[in-house]
Amino acid sequence: MIVRRSMVILTSVMATGALTLTACGSRDDKGGNSDSGGGTTLTIGVDAPLSGENSTTGLGIQYGAQIAVDDANKNKLVPGVTFKLKAFDDKAQPATGQSNATAITGDKTAVGAVGPLNSGVAQSMQQVFASANMVEISPSNTNPALTQGKDWQTAKKRPYKTYFRTATTDELQGSFAADYAYNGLKKKKVFVVDDKQTYGAGLAKIFNEQFKKLGGTVVGTDHVNTGDKDFGSLVTKVKSSGADLLYYGGQYDESSLITKQLKDGGVKIPLFGGDGMFASTYIETAGAASEGDLATAVGVPADTLPAAKTFIETYKSKGYKGDYGAYGAYSYDATTAIIKAVKAAVDANDGKVPTDINALRSSVVDNVQKSDFEGISGKVSFDQYGDTTNKQLTVYQVTKGAWKAVKTGTAS
Amino acid sequence: MNTLPQQLANGLLLGSMYGLIAIGYTMVYGIVQLINFAHGEIFMTGAFGAFTVYFYILPDGVSMAVAVPLMLIGGGIVAVLIAVGAERFAYRPLRGAPRLAPLITAIGLSLALQEVVRNFYPGADRAIAFPGLDATHEIGSVTIKDADIFLIVAAIICMSSLAFFVRKSRTGRAMQATAQDPDTAQLMGIDTNRIIVIAFAIGGFFAAVAALAYGLKYGNIDYRMGFLMGLKAFTAAVLGGIGNIYGAMLGGLVLGVAETLASAYIDGIPGMDKLGGQSWANVWAFALLIIVLLVRPQGLLGERVADRA
Repeated sequence: MIVRRSMVILTSVMATGALTLTACGSRDDKGGNSDSGGGTTLTIGVDAPLSGENSTTGLGIQYGAQIAVDDANKNKLVPGVTFKLKAFDDKAQPATGQSNATAITGDKTAVGAVGPLNSGVAQSMQQVFASANMVEISPSNTNPALTQGKDWQTAKKRPYKTYFRTATTDELQGSFAADYAYNGLKKKKVFVVDDKQTYGAGLAKIFNEQFKKLGGTVVGTDHVNTGDKDFGSLVTKVKSSGADLLYYGGQYDESSLITKQLKDGGVKIPLFGGDGMFASTYIETAGAASEGDLATAVGVPADTLPAAKTFIETYKSKGYKGDYGAYGAYSYDATTAIIKAVKAAVDANDGKVPTDINALRSSVVDNVQKSDFEGISGKVSFDQYGDTTNKQLTVYQVTKGAWKAVKTGTAS
Repeated sequence: MNTLPQQLANGLLLGSMYGLIAIGYTMVYGIVQLINFAHGEIFMTGAFGAFTVYFYILPDGVSMAVAVPLMLIGGGIVAVLIAVGAERFAYRPLRGAPRLAPLITAIGLSLALQEVVRNFYPGADRAIAFPGLDATHEIGSVTIKDADIFLIVAAIICMSSLAFFVRKSRTGRAMQATAQDPDTAQLMGIDTNRIIVIAFAIGGFFAAVAALAYGLKYGNIDYRMGFLMGLKAFTAAVLGGIGNIYGAMLGGLVLGVAETLASAYIDGIPGMDKLGGQSWANVWAFALLIIVLLVRPQGLLGERVADRA
């Protein structure tokens, strides 16, 4: 009997360990390829979750970058240079993102990277790119600390000069949402939930503070784990709190389940979230329960931008998977910023591609900082922290089973 | 508003699901002393089997009253076939091998099943919307859905038929005998291979019932749903006393209720606000497991050697 009992304990410990480890395994990269047409081939890496959680938006980033690379090659944006996109799947795991970053910087033809989707993953990748002096532009990271340092509320200090983003920060997004909830929706009692990740917790905290500052009441807070499925206990708490709005900082994987269980539990209040849940998958998974829910997203709606029209047509005609709506246009612009910086580097070198990859990378970083062009999502330029100067935000609401823009504004 | 009745109902529902899955762990362990770590994935394939019946076989707009029994049959067939197939091709060749060999096989099988579903089932690389039974009922201050009623009724029927089967039927008694001493049971004319297959099949079917309830309740399924549910159900089986079928159900209920109550009330205790809420529910559930195992290493209902099937 003793043997059997210790066997149970041994096996449970071992199996738990083994099963946990498998979550970190890496998979072959499924790179997008384009034919090289003579001259030099330079690689741009793109890193995002391409499978599992968050992959709908992640694939939008991958193919947004792919279209930018194809356009640049077709239009011979940099004469004599063919760009190749190499895609890496980080599965929304910081450790996987870090090893992808190492793989990208180790590639002697790589000049820059686009991604990742998640702020928490970005934290583990920044240092790798900084050491290699390679530019990294995220189309979607919104955590303020990534560009303004961990003390961003009191003393802003840029931690890495190689990191840029075309998305605006949660400081603006959380405040914008709080303002819309209080003044636009006239909600006074809110229940705030987050998923404890860098992005979700940061966003929920800023929303919470701003909502109270405006005069609203936060009637309760809770935290969930990513991967949780049963929110029955949370729903009961929200119900008894008398909240008239649930604010969620996190991704659609959990928020779509929360809103469904909330409404099934008889709590008919809208769920409001950030750009992490602004995806068609949210509506597909939650179904009718998502009607009336809200999300803020960076920038203005892609389909209202005249410049993005061709992009959307290309995306659809190629039959790319994923959802371009959230970050596709930002990913396109981030990739274009790298390509334009390569062009500036080549121009500065008498029209020749610098043979020393390190010199090229360093020149690309400097030129991205100086970016100033009209992208498909608006003007692309960066401030002294590497943040975009385009600070537009939009509130979307689920109306008849689709995200519909209800308010666009510039965050102050 | 008094939330306790609702929170208890939430916990009992979650616990019934854990319990149904835990039966598979405990029966297999009781008979062959193998922790079948692929059982969570058998649960997952059961959900995909049920979804396949609904989405690809039944006509659009079919009433759920017709669909649910057919989905149960479909999910049951898939889960039972995979469970029995796993036994026949993965575990049986290793019978008599050191204990670690089948255990590692189980982990490998678990990963293989996940990846097969992820790669080959259309759209399974992300969550798939599952038809729900969402009509709600108010009973006093408790709100429950049709899916919850399905889960409770299914759990009660499954458990009582299993108890009846193990105690009264010839095969059930053969099972108890095999659990007590496989060699002697074989000498007495019991086909132990058949008994083992039956144990896997019952576990698989119960997992399919839980999987269907899961889909109907949460409205979506994905290829990784079996991992955490499997781990929790295994915990429930150990908590209740692994090898004991009543223990599995009791362990499931205790675990579900403990998790829910911890998530609901611990952050309301003064000074504990940082240690409560949904994100700490698992911590408290596992803390409970550790405490129970310290006091009663054999689990709540122990491993009654004479009646271990």
